[in-house]
Amino acid sequence: MDYGLDTKSTRLKTFNTIFIITWLLIACFPFIWTFWGSFKVRADFFSRSDWWYAISAFNTLIETGGQFTTNAYTQAWTEGEFWKASKNTIIVTVFVVSISLFLGTLGAYALSRSTEKYAFWILMAALIFRAMPHITLVSGYLFPFFELQIWGILPTTIVVLVAINQPFTLWLLYSFFKTVPKELDESALIDGCSYFQAFRHIIMPVMWPGVITAGLFSLMLAYNDFTVTALLLNQENHTMVPKIQSYLGTNQHEGNLMWAVSAVVSATAPLFMLVMFFQRQVISGLTAGAVKG
Amino acid sequence: MPNKTFFWFFLPTGLAMILFIGLPIISTGIQSFYAQHDQVVKEVKKCDPFGCTVSIVVDNEETSKIREAKPLGKFNGFGTYTDRNHLAVDEIKKFWNETESFGVFVDQVTNLPFYKALIFTLTYCLFVTPNVLLLGFIIALSLNAVARKIRGPLIFGTILPMIVTPLVGSLVLFWMIDSQGIIGANIQNLMNDPYLSLKSSKTLTWITIIIYGIWHHSPFAFVVFYAALQTVPQEPIEAAIIDGASRFQRIKHIVLPHIYPVVTFVALISLMDNFRVFEPIIGFSAEGSAQSLSWLIYDNLVNEEVILFGSAAATSMMTIIGIAILLAPVLIRTWKEFKTAR
Repeated sequence: MDYGLDTKSTRLKTFNTIFIITWLLIACFPFIWTFWGSFKVRADFFSRSDWWYAISAFNTLIETGGQFTTNAYTQAWTEGEFWKASKNTIIVTVFVVSISLFLGTLGAYALSRSTEKYAFWILMAALIFRAMPHITLVSGYLFPFFELQIWGILPTTIVVLVAINQPFTLWLLYSFFKTVPKELDESALIDGCSYFQAFRHIIMPVMWPGVITAGLFSLMLAYNDFTVTALLLNQENHTMVPKIQSYLGTNQHEGNLMWAVSAVVSATAPLFMLVMFFQRQVISGLTAGAVKG
Repeated sequence: MPNKTFFWFFLPTGLAMILFIGLPIISTGIQSFYAQHDQVVKEVKKCDPFGCTVSIVVDNEETSKIREAKPLGKFNGFGTYTDRNHLAVDEIKKFWNETESFGVFVDQVTNLPFYKALIFTLTYCLFVTPNVLLLGFIIALSLNAVARKIRGPLIFGTILPMIVTPLVGSLVLFWMIDSQGIIGANIQNLMNDPYLSLKSSKTLTWITIIIYGIWHHSPFAFVVFYAALQTVPQEPIEAAIIDGASRFQRIKHIVLPHIYPVVTFVALISLMDNFRVFEPIIGFSAEGSAQSLSWLIYDNLVNEEVILFGSAAATSMMTIIGIAILLAPVLIRTWKEFKTAR
């Protein structure tokens, strides 16, 4: 209970407010600025002569006749084939999320209900796997994948991303399953359920918050991945993030840098919306491992 | 749960992890002992009315034949590990014998690609991790003091840098601090130096990437600390207030000890993530002055002529050893706890 003992002086309060506003500016302004700039022409957003052009839209007015232009978006999505990249991203994300949730819930449930020593060692191994830089794993994949001729296609990438994602999903779901009382499934077992039936009909219905959180993190991993998708997919199958990088590589063209800017905005907007919607789950997921464990 | 049931429940995820995390590590280990084939050369005699010349050209047919027969390359033992691009044993010996002062020796060693990357990676970890902990903690304390009603949107704003992918995050910053961007251009005006830019100085590049790292990782520390702060009991704090403890003393003696396990957790995770720093180097196009271990591997794998599997694998193995050294204290501690708990 708060007895009002912790009184803050006005000076502290002002200082606190100033600090938070400064931090929020640092955290958010780059995104707002990029969003604003994506509706300008390159000569304005990357102005050689005067950065104020990005606000006054000096060149945008000359080139397009308006304050704002959506040229960068239309060109990137059509000419730049960003539609294809976003289609690939959607395919990869949907499959990675559903497969890793399926595997992860089964495995984490088993880990949380096992009293054997090996469950601990499996969790430790998962922690070590979680620490592996993705690029070191990719350097292990490339050669076998070339030999087996499964390089460059979406299914390979999906399976790899699912596997890379498993350690984190296991840890996360494990800590969620631990909060579900054991008595719940034990009583179901006594009533004659098999373990799978107890899992399917008793445990899963109360696990939705945990599953949503784990799903969100799988989604963010698949959606945001650069290392795996850039190296394991061919040009044709590139997802959004490697596509953005490919726009950077050819910035001799007048338009391409602006393509990257508009592509960044297009790729980030859905993610922000999603996080805004599921903010509570994201935070509970990040803290699940830390606070409880 | 009986062992048999456990096995069937765990089989799918276990198989996925063994096949795509365990095996690749072994595959990397094997690849690191092989090196790509040398190109087969042949002498070609070319005659024209002015006489004959003998030139040496690459025999593409023969080369591809050998490559096909032995795609893994030729066996190289620890050769790749000790060559100039990795541990550079010979070069270091040479520098040691030839250079006069220790300073020059260190200078020369740190110019070798592997050591250069190692030093950048370690510097990045060393500067980013503590600052992330500090900034995350301060933001958490500060947000914890504002009215509950407006916390939601504030938290959303705070976690934005964390949820975008590092490549996008670094690009968004790069476009601002580039010499043609809003911040870069203004700094040029302030300093009155039209040539001042990120790419012109190695130190500036390093500082920028480190600042980016703090910007990107602090929200994670914030979220975890913020959640931990909610669990701090109020009674001891009130007792401390009555006893006349200052705000700083309360944080130092009550709040920090309470959230200490969480601090080690955040430190561990952010150390692991920082050690693999790689995307910001591409985002800031800083390859010239900042290279990390992960970037070295990437560079070998996207090599134009022939993919340097062996070289990439050797760097990968050494990165994994680095990770193992970082993780060792934690693993040993967990194991001791586990043993005493039994």
